[in-house]
Amino acid sequence: MSTETIEKEPASKVELAPGVGGGGEIPTFDITLKVRRYNPEVSDEAHWDEWQLTMYGTDRVLDALHKVKWEHDGSVSFRRSCAHGVCGSDAMRINGRNRLACKTLLKDLDTSKPILVEPIKGLPVEKDLIVDMEPFFQSYREIMPFLVSKGHEPSKERLQSAEERERYDDTTKCILCAACTSSCPVFWTDGQYFGPAAIVNAHRFIFDSRDDAGDMRLEILNDKEGVWRCRTTFNCSEACPRGIQVTKAISEVKQAILTRKI
Amino acid sequence: MATPTIETPRSGRVSPGYSRTPGSRGNFEMIAWLFMRISGAILVVLIFVHLYVNLVAGDGITGIDFGFVAGKWASPFWQIWDLTMLWLAMLHGTNGIRVIINDYAEKNSTRMWLKGVLYTSTVVIVVLGTLVIFTFDPCPVIDGVAHVADYCPAP
Ligand code: HEM
Ligand code: SF4
Ligand code: FES
Repeated sequence: MSTETIEKEPASKVELAPGVGGGGEIPTFDITLKVRRYNPEVSDEAHWDEWQLTMYGTDRVLDALHKVKWEHDGSVSFRRSCAHGVCGSDAMRINGRNRLACKTLLKDLDTSKPILVEPIKGLPVEKDLIVDMEPFFQSYREIMPFLVSKGHEPSKERLQSAEERERYDDTTKCILCAACTSSCPVFWTDGQYFGPAAIVNAHRFIFDSRDDAGDMRLEILNDKEGVWRCRTTFNCSEACPRGIQVTKAISEVKQAILTRKI
Repeated sequence: MATPTIETPRSGRVSPGYSRTPGSRGNFEMIAWLFMRISGAILVVLIFVHLYVNLVAGDGITGIDFGFVAGKWASPFWQIWDLTMLWLAMLHGTNGIRVIINDYAEKNSTRMWLKGVLYTSTVVIVVLGTLVIFTFDPCPVIDGVAHVADYCPAP
């Protein structure tokens, strides 16, 4: 079962010649990387630092950050783990858009201007690009992101038809990077909104035929700070590095609450 | 021996500004959301017929004067029409602004003040508007003198 992931990246700004193979043949170009720095032990004010770097056509923003950290300024702080778009550690605001640094190729950005890298918005910044993710995970925990099933434990696997599995396939893809929640203007205001990611992960269980706690999750999201705060701005769908149709998932949860109540 | 309590993992570590006050359940926000859509759909009909009748039909825009409004409000049909439009538009608009205040005000005290002003003005406008629709008298008798226009019934 394959589901298309639609990635809306701009057309490449630097064309790679066809047939480039070995490391030495990859074209290089110069970039200016501007990173928003913050260190509460030094100053309460954030400021921008910038570096001129020579990078390869196959490099990503994460490689540029590594180059800075390893060769220029070791105090630059950011999270990353897998470096391949799986762990969700390195969501950041790149040129004003939330993306994963490890999935954003430098050649796809406008290299004629400085590349701006900031921490994701709406969560407390701890240092440089590192934010406190606890409020985000708290909302995630509140929607009970685990299978709840009534009755006896089956002695075999819990069966499900392909159609039943397809129903919530999109929302299984979440890597909890927080790109969506921290792109939401409603979340920016006061951080009270549950946020897109919590709703996406509730959706994953609400529409799972094997789960029996859908009603409880719908009740949790019927909160004053739940799905009804969504203003359908689509920032979350645009931000999601996994191509999840986040706004659609939120609408489906709204519909489910309505049909249950009326 | 006292039973040891096991704290929820990482409990108490969330920045205080982010913790949600529980117990705010109830269906108010759902009803408000539904109301915006239903009233919106009804308002499309109410507003566009209103605009057509006032600005296009008959003499069009040149036909609008005191007498035109007086003539419309002499009929219970237009009284009810305008009353529904007034109430729905006001409640729809007020809820829309309430939502915007919730989205943009960062402090609860700012929120409270803005909503206070909002609800007060809504009540004033809805009450005044309703009064005008039902007590409007195009041919008033002031100090025993009847102010008669050509559309008034003969005294
Ligand atoms: C012509 C028919 C109308 C339709 C179909 C309509 C529909 C809607 C809908 C569906 C929403 C909810 C948007 C959301 O929840 O994200 C909304 C919001 C709003 N409406 Fe209307 N509406 C109409 C007329 C009016 C009128 C006459 C007023 C002013 C009195 C008004 C003022 C507002 C305001 C202030 C909002 C909040 C804006 C926001 O949430 O971004 N609307 N409208
Ligand atoms: S829904 Fe997408 S953007 Fe949001 S946390 Fe999951 S993977 Fe990240
Ligand atoms: S480092 Fe794991 S997703 Fe980017």
